[in-house]
Amino acid sequence: MMKRLALSLLSLAAVLLAAGCAAKTPTSVKIGVFEPITGANAGGGALEVEGVKLANELYPTVKVGDKEYPIELVISDNKSDKVEAANAAQRLVDKDKVQVVLGSWGSSLSMAAGPIVQKAQVPAIGLSCTNPLVTKGNEYYFRVCFIDPFQGTVMANYAFKELKAKKAVIIREVSNDYSVGLAKYFEDSFKKLTGNDGAILTELNYNTGDQDFSSQLTEVKKYSPDVIFAPGNFTESALLVKQARELGIKTPFLGGDTWETPEFIDVGKEAVEGIVFSTFFATEVPITDTSKIFLDAYRKKYNKEPAAVTALGFDGYLVARDAIQRAGTLDTTKIRDAINETKDFPGAAGVINFDENRDATKDAVIKVVKDGKFTYLTTVKP
Amino acid sequence: MKNKRELLLTAGAVILAAIVVVLADSFMDSFTLRVFNLCAIYIVLALSLNLLLGFTGLFSLGHAGFMAVGAYVCALLTMSRDLKEMNFFLVPLVPWLMNISIPFLPALVIAGLVSAFVGFLIAAPVLRLKDDYLAIATLGFAEIIRVVITNLQSVTNGAQGLKGLPRYSSTYVVWIAAALTTLFIILLMRSSFGRAMKAVKQDEIAAEAMGINVFRVKVTSFTLSSFFAGVGGALLGHMITTIDPKMFTFTLTYNIILIVVLGGAGSVSGSVISAIVVTVLMELLRFLDEPMDLIFVKTSGLPGLRMVAFSIFLMVVIIYRQRGLMGDRELSWQSVGTALEAPRRWRAARAAKADAKSAGKKKAKEGRDA
Amino acid sequence: MTFALFLQHLANALALGSLYALIAIGYTMVYGILRLINFAHGDIFMLGAYLAFYGVALFALPWWASLLLSLIFTALFGIGLERVAYRPLRDSPRISIMISAIGASFLLENLAVLVFGGRPKGVDVPALLNRVVQIGSVSVLSVSLLIPVCTLLILIVLMRVVNGTKTGMAMRAVSTDIETARLMGVDVDKVVSFTFGAGSLLAALGGILWSYKYPQLNPLMGMMPGIKCFIAAVIGGIGSIPGAVLGGFLMGFIEIMMVAFLPALSGYRDAFAFVLLIIVLLVKPTGLLGRNQAEKV
Repeated sequence: MMKRLALSLLSLAAVLLAAGCAAKTPTSVKIGVFEPITGANAGGGALEVEGVKLANELYPTVKVGDKEYPIELVISDNKSDKVEAANAAQRLVDKDKVQVVLGSWGSSLSMAAGPIVQKAQVPAIGLSCTNPLVTKGNEYYFRVCFIDPFQGTVMANYAFKELKAKKAVIIREVSNDYSVGLAKYFEDSFKKLTGNDGAILTELNYNTGDQDFSSQLTEVKKYSPDVIFAPGNFTESALLVKQARELGIKTPFLGGDTWETPEFIDVGKEAVEGIVFSTFFATEVPITDTSKIFLDAYRKKYNKEPAAVTALGFDGYLVARDAIQRAGTLDTTKIRDAINETKDFPGAAGVINFDENRDATKDAVIKVVKDGKFTYLTTVKP
Repeated sequence: MKNKRELLLTAGAVILAAIVVVLADSFMDSFTLRVFNLCAIYIVLALSLNLLLGFTGLFSLGHAGFMAVGAYVCALLTMSRDLKEMNFFLVPLVPWLMNISIPFLPALVIAGLVSAFVGFLIAAPVLRLKDDYLAIATLGFAEIIRVVITNLQSVTNGAQGLKGLPRYSSTYVVWIAAALTTLFIILLMRSSFGRAMKAVKQDEIAAEAMGINVFRVKVTSFTLSSFFAGVGGALLGHMITTIDPKMFTFTLTYNIILIVVLGGAGSVSGSVISAIVVTVLMELLRFLDEPMDLIFVKTSGLPGLRMVAFSIFLMVVIIYRQRGLMGDRELSWQSVGTALEAPRRWRAARAAKADAKSAGKKKAKEGRDA
Repeated sequence: MTFALFLQHLANALALGSLYALIAIGYTMVYGILRLINFAHGDIFMLGAYLAFYGVALFALPWWASLLLSLIFTALFGIGLERVAYRPLRDSPRISIMISAIGASFLLENLAVLVFGGRPKGVDVPALLNRVVQIGSVSVLSVSLLIPVCTLLILIVLMRVVNGTKTGMAMRAVSTDIETARLMGVDVDKVVSFTFGAGSLLAALGGILWSYKYPQLNPLMGMMPGIKCFIAAVIGGIGSIPGAVLGGFLMGFIEIMMVAFLPALSGYRDAFAFVLLIIVLLVKPTGLLGRNQAEKV
C-alpha cells in the first residue's frame, strides 16, 4: 500500500510539473486578441473582434526580414472579469506566445493585463480603452484611441461653442470608470470655458444595469439646463434618453463614443434623434485611404455600417503588423520599440502617432443621430 | 502503531506538497504558475465559505462583500504615496490615508481584521434570520458594500479602481496562507467549538437545549469566515495587482459556492481538492468557447459554453449527489488506502464470485449426477 | 420640490411599483408553496420577454399573439424547471434546493448568453402602448397606465382562485403543511406544478410588460428586478399575495422617492432596496402582511 501511495503521489507531482514544460518553434506570427467575448462587456468585445478579424482577412501575412509569415489570431476571452482577464492575458503571453496583444474593450480589463504584458515584455495595443491609467507607467501598453481627458474636453467645447450652453447637468454611470472619467473632464473644461464654477447645475448618478431613470430625470426637470452630458454605456443611455423624452425633457443630450453602436438606435428609436456624441471615426468622411478599404470590406461582408470600435480593432491589427514588419524580428521587445516609433500611420480611424504616454493623438469626430442614423457633424483636432 | 504510521504519512505528504510548491515556483511558466497560485487563493476562500456553509449550516451569500473590504483595505494600506497620487487622478484620496504605507504582512492581517469587524457588525442583526432570509440579507449587504465602494470616490477611487498594487502575492505567500488556513480550520473543527458549530448545523434547537449559545457560535463563525474572506480578497487583489468594485459581484460568490458544493460542504479536504480542480478546469475548459471540430459538427466558437457547462455540472451534482465529492467526510489515509486497494479488491471479488459460481455449478452438477 | 414635480415622482413610483408588484406575486406564490426563493424567477422573467420578442421578430406574429404564446411557453418551462431542478430535492435540506435555484438561475443566464447573444436587443413596442400620455403636468407612458390595472386584476383573480376554488384550497393546504396535505389526499405534485406554472406565467407577463416600458432585452435583465421583487415580496409578507402587491408598490415608491428627496445619493439607489429589506427583516421579519410561522420542534 505504501508503495502505491508513494507512486501515485509522485506521478501527480510529475504531471503538475510536466504541464509547465512545452516548447515550439514559431511557424506563424501570433497576435493575441484579448477581449470580453462573454460577460457584461460581450457586446463591445464582439465589435472589436470583428474589426481585428476583418483586418486579418485582408492582410493575413506579414513580412519579417525576408520570410513571409502567416498571422494567426489567438482569441482569449477575458469574460469581462478582472481575475479572468489576468489569466487570459497570461495565457496569451505564456502558452500561446503571441508577439502582440490587442485589447481590451473596457479599461479595467486592460489594466489587469498591464503588469502581465510588462513583465513578459510583450507589447499590447489597446483599441478603445480610454482610461489614462491603462498606459500610464507601463511602457508596454499602447493605444490607438484618444483618452478620456481629451474626449471630455471636446464635448465641453462643443457644448460651449456650438450649443452656446452656459449651464449643464451631468448624469454619470457611477460604476463605470469611463463615464466617471469623462464626466470629470467635461466638468472641469466646462467650468473653465464658462468661467462659472456653478455652471454644472447638478450631477446625478445611476448604476450599470439600471433600467429605470425616471427619478433622476424628474430631478433634472427641476433645473433648466442648456445641455445634459450623460456619458454612460449605450446599454443604459438609450433607455435614459428615451425616458427623458417621455418626461418631456427637450434638452439636447451629449455623450461619448460608447453610444456609437447599432443597438443604441435600435433601442432608442425616435427618442435619440438629435443627440450628439464624440467618437473616433466617421463612415461618411473617410479620413484616410485605409478608411475606404475598411469601409468597403466591412460593408461587403456584413452589409451594415461598422461601429467605431470595429475600425479601431482594424487599426490595432494594422499597427501591430506594420511594427512587426519594421522590427524585422519576432523579438517582442524590438516589436515594442517599433510600435513606439510609429509615425503618421494611416489607420481607418485616422492618422496614428503615439505621444510620450503611448496614447494616440487623434482627431475626435462629432456625430449626431439624424433620421435614425449616425451622421457626421464635424471633426475636432487635439 | 497505526497512528504513528499515519502521522509519518501526513508529514511525508506535507513535505512532498512543500517540495511541489518550491519546484513549481522555479520551473512553471508564468501562466501555469498563475493558475497554480489562484488555486491557493481559492482554497482560502472556499474554506472560509465552507466554515459558514458546511460547518455551521449558515447560507450566506455575502462573501464577495468581505473580499472587497479585505482587498481594498490591504491595497490602501500598502500602496505608496506616489502610487496613490497616480491612481486618484479624478478625486484626491482623503488625506489621512494618503501617507499610510505599511508592509504587506501587517496590512494583510489588518485587512482580515477589518473584514472580520464588518462581518461582526453585520452578523449581529442578520443571524437571527432563517436560511432563505439570511441568504438574501447577506446578499443585500454584499451589494450595499459594493455600491458604497463604487460611490465613495475619495476613499476607494470609485469605479476607476486601484491599479499598480505591488505584487505581494507570490507563490510562497499564497500557499503558506492556504496551508495556515487549512491548518486553522482543521484544528478549529477538532476543538470543542468546532463540535458546537456542527451541532448548530445539525439541529439548532437541540443544540440550544444542550446549552450551546447558538447565537454566539453563529456570530463567531461568521466573524472568522469574514476574516479569511478578507485575507483571500487581499491576496487576490495583490495577485492581479488591480481591483475595482465590479470584481466583487454575486458571480464571484457563486463561483466559491460552486467550489464548496462540488467538494462537499462540511469537508475540509473536499474544499481543498475542489478548489484546485475547479480552478484548473476553468482554464482547461476554455476550449469550449473556441471553434470546435467535433467530426459531425463544426462550430465557429460558442462563447459562453464554458460557463453553461459549469452550471450544468453544478446542477447535476446538487441534484444527484448533493454531498458533493467528499460529503462531510475527510480525506484520511485509510480512505486513500482503500481507494488504492480498490482494483485489487475488485479483482479479488470477481475471482471470488467466479469461484462461487463454478462451485455452485459443480455442486449442481454433482446434484444432477447423483 | 414643486408639487408638479412631486406628482411626477409619484406617477413614476406607481408605474415602477406596479411592475415590481406583478413580478413579486410570482415569487411569493412559489415561496408560499415550497418555501423556496426561486432565484431563477428573474430569469424566467427574462425568458418571457425574449420569447415574446422572437415571436414578433422571427415569426412575424402580431404582438398580442406573441405575448400569449410566450406566456404559455414560459409557464410550461417553469413547470419543467420545477420538475427537473426542484422536485428531486424536495426532501433534502433547504440549502441544497437553494443552491439548485441559484445554479438554475446562472444556467439560464449563461444559456441565454449562448443562445440569444450577449448584445442587447431593442424591442418594437406596439404603438398603442408606447404613447406618452399627459395628465396635467405629469407625463406617463401609456403602458405604465396599463400595468397597475393588470396587476390589480390579477390580484383579484388570484385571490378568488386561492380562496374560492378547490385548487386554491389545495394550494393553501400545501403551503401550510405539505406532509399533512399529502396525507389528506391532495396531489401535492400537481399543486406545485400548477403554482409554478402560474408563477412563471406572471413572471413572463411581468417581463413582457417590462420590455414594453424599458424596451431593451439582455440576458441579465432579470437579475436586479428579480432580487428587488423578492425583497418586495418579503417586505409585504412572503407567502401572501396581497402582501406581494403591497410590497412591490412600496419598493417602487421608496426607490423613486429616496432619489427624489436625496438626489445626491442617486448612485446608492440600488442599496436603498437592500437597506429597506434589512430593516424590515429586523423589525418585522414576517413582513407587513405576513403570518407568523411558528417553528415546530
